[in-house]
Amino acid sequence: MYEFFCNFNSISIKESKNGMSVEIIDKPMTKLNFAKSGVKDKLEKHNVKASVKNFNFYYSDTQALKNINLEIKDNTVTGIIGPSGCGKSTFLRCFNRMNDTIPQIRYEGEILIDGTNIFNSELDVVDLRRNVGMVFQKSNPFPKSIYANIAYGLKINGIKDKSFIAEKVEKSLKDAALWDEVKDRLNKSAFALSGGQQQRLCIARALAVEPDVLLLDEPASALDPIATAKIEELVHELKKNYTIIIVTHNMQQAARVSDYTAFFMMGELIEFDLTNKIFTNPTNKITEDYVTGRFG
Amino acid sequence: MNNKSITQFFGFGLLRLCIVLVLSALAVILYDIFHKGGAIISWEFVSEMPKKGMTEGGIFPAIIGTFYLTIITALLSIPLGMGCAIYLHEYSKGGKIARLIRMSIRNLSGVPSIVYGLFGVVIFVQFLQLDTSILSAGLTLGLMTLPWTITASEEALKNVPQSYRDGSLALGATRWQSIRTNVLPYSIPGMLTGAVLGLSRAAGETAPILFTGAAFFLPFLPKSFSDQFMALPYHLYIMATQHHAIDKVRPIAYGTALVLIVLIFCMNFFAILIRYRLRKVKME
Amino acid sequence: MINRNLQPLKKPWINSSTKDKIIHGFFFFNGLISVFVLVGIFALLVYTSIPAFKEINLTSFLTGTNWNPTSYVKEEYGIVPMLVSTFMVTIGALCIAIPLGIGTAAYLSDVAGNRTREIAKPVVEILAGIPSVVIGFLGIILVGPFLAKIFGTSNGLNALNGSVLLAVMALPTIISISEDALNSVPKNYDQASLALGASKWQTVYKVKIPAALSGIIAACMLGMGRAIGETMTVLMATGCAPAMPESFLGPVRTLTSSIAIELGEVAYNTTHYYALFALGLVLFIITFFINMVSDIILHRFEKVNR
Repeated sequence: MYEFFCNFNSISIKESKNGMSVEIIDKPMTKLNFAKSGVKDKLEKHNVKASVKNFNFYYSDTQALKNINLEIKDNTVTGIIGPSGCGKSTFLRCFNRMNDTIPQIRYEGEILIDGTNIFNSELDVVDLRRNVGMVFQKSNPFPKSIYANIAYGLKINGIKDKSFIAEKVEKSLKDAALWDEVKDRLNKSAFALSGGQQQRLCIARALAVEPDVLLLDEPASALDPIATAKIEELVHELKKNYTIIIVTHNMQQAARVSDYTAFFMMGELIEFDLTNKIFTNPTNKITEDYVTGRFG
Repeated sequence: MNNKSITQFFGFGLLRLCIVLVLSALAVILYDIFHKGGAIISWEFVSEMPKKGMTEGGIFPAIIGTFYLTIITALLSIPLGMGCAIYLHEYSKGGKIARLIRMSIRNLSGVPSIVYGLFGVVIFVQFLQLDTSILSAGLTLGLMTLPWTITASEEALKNVPQSYRDGSLALGATRWQSIRTNVLPYSIPGMLTGAVLGLSRAAGETAPILFTGAAFFLPFLPKSFSDQFMALPYHLYIMATQHHAIDKVRPIAYGTALVLIVLIFCMNFFAILIRYRLRKVKME
Repeated sequence: MINRNLQPLKKPWINSSTKDKIIHGFFFFNGLISVFVLVGIFALLVYTSIPAFKEINLTSFLTGTNWNPTSYVKEEYGIVPMLVSTFMVTIGALCIAIPLGIGTAAYLSDVAGNRTREIAKPVVEILAGIPSVVIGFLGIILVGPFLAKIFGTSNGLNALNGSVLLAVMALPTIISISEDALNSVPKNYDQASLALGASKWQTVYKVKIPAALSGIIAACMLGMGRAIGETMTVLMATGCAPAMPESFLGPVRTLTSSIAIELGEVAYNTTHYYALFALGLVLFIITFFINMVSDIILHRFEKVNR
C-alpha cells in the first residue's frame, strides 16, 4: 500500500514538470464554442492517468457495465454522458470503489490508475479513496460547521497539527472559490449555505485531502443556472491540478467543461473521443442521435 | 338519509364506541391510581423505610432497589443493543446471517417474561453463582430488554442519511471511522431515547425478578450489587396479594402503584427530552 | 502535489484495513448475541427439563388432568388444566381485544381527524406502558368486585377477570400493528372504491379491512402471544386454583402463574423443580410458534403491499 502511495507522488512531480502544455489548453471555453484546431495534438501530449480495460460490472445477476475500455489523460476533464440508467454513475463510482458498499456486486477486468490496478487485493481501498476524491449528485455537507466539514477529511487521515489544518481549510476553500463568501462564518453550520455554496463546500472538502483524481457525479444537477456556471468555472480551474471525471445529464455542460467525452448507453461505451469530435462529428449514429437530442 | 348513510352512521358510531371504550379503560386506570394513591403520597412515603411489618412507613428501599436494578439493566442492554444494531445496519449486507439475527430478535421480544426469569435463575443465580441479587435480576432484565434496544437503535441508525456515510467514505475514512465520526454522533439521541423507553418497561416488570433477587422485605438498603433488593413492582405485588393484612395496606399498595407509574412516565418524558435536547445541540 | 503531507506523522501500529476487519468481527459477534440468547434459552429449558422426564411419563405430562406435585400419596404432573386455563383466559381476552382493537385501529386510520389521531396515539402508547403488576392490582380491587357484583359470585378472581385484564394488555399491540397495516393499504384502493360510489364506511369495511387482513391477523396473533406469556396479571387476578377449570366464572391457573407460584417454594434440583422448567419449555414452544406464524404472515403482507 505504501508503494502505491509513493507512485502517486512520483507521478505528480512529473506532472508539474510538463505543466506548460496545461496552461495552453486552459483558455476558458465558452458555450459550445470548442477550442479550434491544434487542441487535439496538445491533449495527446498528456500522460495517461487512468485506463479501463475490459471492464464488466454486475449487480447480482444484471450486468450494469459491458466490456468498457477507455483511457483518461491527466489534467483533463472527461465527461460521461448518456441517458439515465445507462450506467454512467455506476462507472464513476468504480474509480473509487464506492460500489463496494452495495451487497452482491461483482466486477471483471481492471481499472489502472497510475499503473496500479485498483481492484488489486493488496491495495487498501482507504488509500484509493483518499487519492480519488468524489463529489456527489446531491450536496451532502455534514451537520457540522463549515470549518469542521473541510477539516473532517484531514482528521480522519490522522492529521492533528492544528495550524496545518487551518492552512489547508483556507487553501481548499480558496481553490473551491468559496473562501470570500464564507471566511467570516467558518464556524457556522454548513446547512446555512445555499445549494450552490454547499456543493462547492463538498468540492473543497474533497480537495482538502489532496486527491489526484476528482470524480464529480452530476454536481450541478440540483442547482440553478448561476450556481451551475460557478461550478463549471471551478472545474476549469481545477483541471490545472487534478484529473477530473464528470458525469452529467446535461449535454451542453459536457460540451462546455470536458476535453474528452464518453457516451454510454445501456451499460455500453458507445463512443469515446475528444469532446468537439463527439458533439460535431460523431462516428456512431446512436451518438449523433443522442447529442442532437433525438432521444434521451 | 338513504340506506348507505344510515349504515355508515352506525358503522362509524361502532368504531367511535371502540376507541371510547379503550380510552375510558385507560382513564379508569389512571383516575383510580392517581385518586387513591395520591391520598397517601407524602415526602415520608417516598423517603422512609417500611415500618411495623410494612403496614406503615414508606417505600424508600423499593425505589432505591428499582433504581439500582435499572442501572444494571442499562449497562447490559444499551451497549449490546447498540452493537447489535450497528452490525445489522452498518456492517451486514442483508445476507442469511442478518436474516437469522433479525428472526431471533423478533422471537426474543415474544418470549414470555417469566421464561426470562427461569433463564436468569439457571444462568445467573446458579451457574454464574451470582446468587439472588441486583446483578442477577438486572442482567435478566437486560437480556429481556435487548430486543427493544436493538430495534430502537436500528431505527435511529436508519434516520442518519446515507450521504453522511458515503461522504466520509469517499474522503478515505475507514468504515469504522465513518460510523464513529459521522453516523453515531447523529444517532445516539435516538438510540438513548429508545433505550430509556425500553428501560422504563423493564422497571415495571415483575416476573423476571421474582426469583432472581427481589426480596419481600429488607430492613436495610442494598450495599452492593450482589445484595438482594426490594423493587417497586414486586413490592406492589406483595402488598396486593401476599401481605398478612391486605386490607390494612391497601393505601400503601395504591401509593406504590402511583409511584411506579409516575416513575415510568418520568422516564418516558426524560427519553423524549433527551431526543429534543441532543437534537438541538447537534444542529448548532 | 504535496500528498506526502497527508501521511500521518508516524505509521499507525496497525494497518487501517486490518483494524477495520477486527472491528467488523467484533460487531459481527455482538450481532450474533441475540441468536445466542434465543438458542441459549431454548437449550437451557430443554436441558433443565430432561431430568423431569426421567421421573414423569411424557404422555401423562401432556395428557394428565391433575397437577399435584406435592402430594404425599402420588405426585401428579398433568398440564392439561393449565393449558385449558391458559387458552380460556387468552381466548376470552382476544374476544374482547380483537373487535375493540380493530375498531380503534380503523377509527384512527380512516375516521379520525389529524387532531384526534395526534392525541389518541400517544394515549394508546401510555396504555402499553402501564406495568402488568398495576393492571393485576386493579384486577383485584376494581374489576374483581365489579364482576362479582354483576354475576353474583363470592369473589371476582376468575378466568373472566383475567380475560378482561389481558384484553387491556393486548390492546396496544393489536391497535398499533393493525393501524400500520391499514395505513399501508395503497391509497388508490379506497379512492377506487369511493369513485365507484361506495360510502366511506363500505370502503373501510369491504375494501380496507380485507386488504389489510393478513396484517391484522398478525397483529392479533402477536396480541395473543403477549396474552399467553403474561404472568403477573393472571397470577394476581384469576384465583389460581390448580384444578381443571369449570367455567369463566371459576378460578383458573395458567402456565405462567403456575411457574410463578411454585418456583418460589420448590427446592432446587428436585423433580418438581425440573417439571416447572418443562412448563417453561411448553410456554416457550407455544409462544415461539405463534410468533413465527405471525412473523411469516406479516412478512408476506409487507411484500404484497410494497
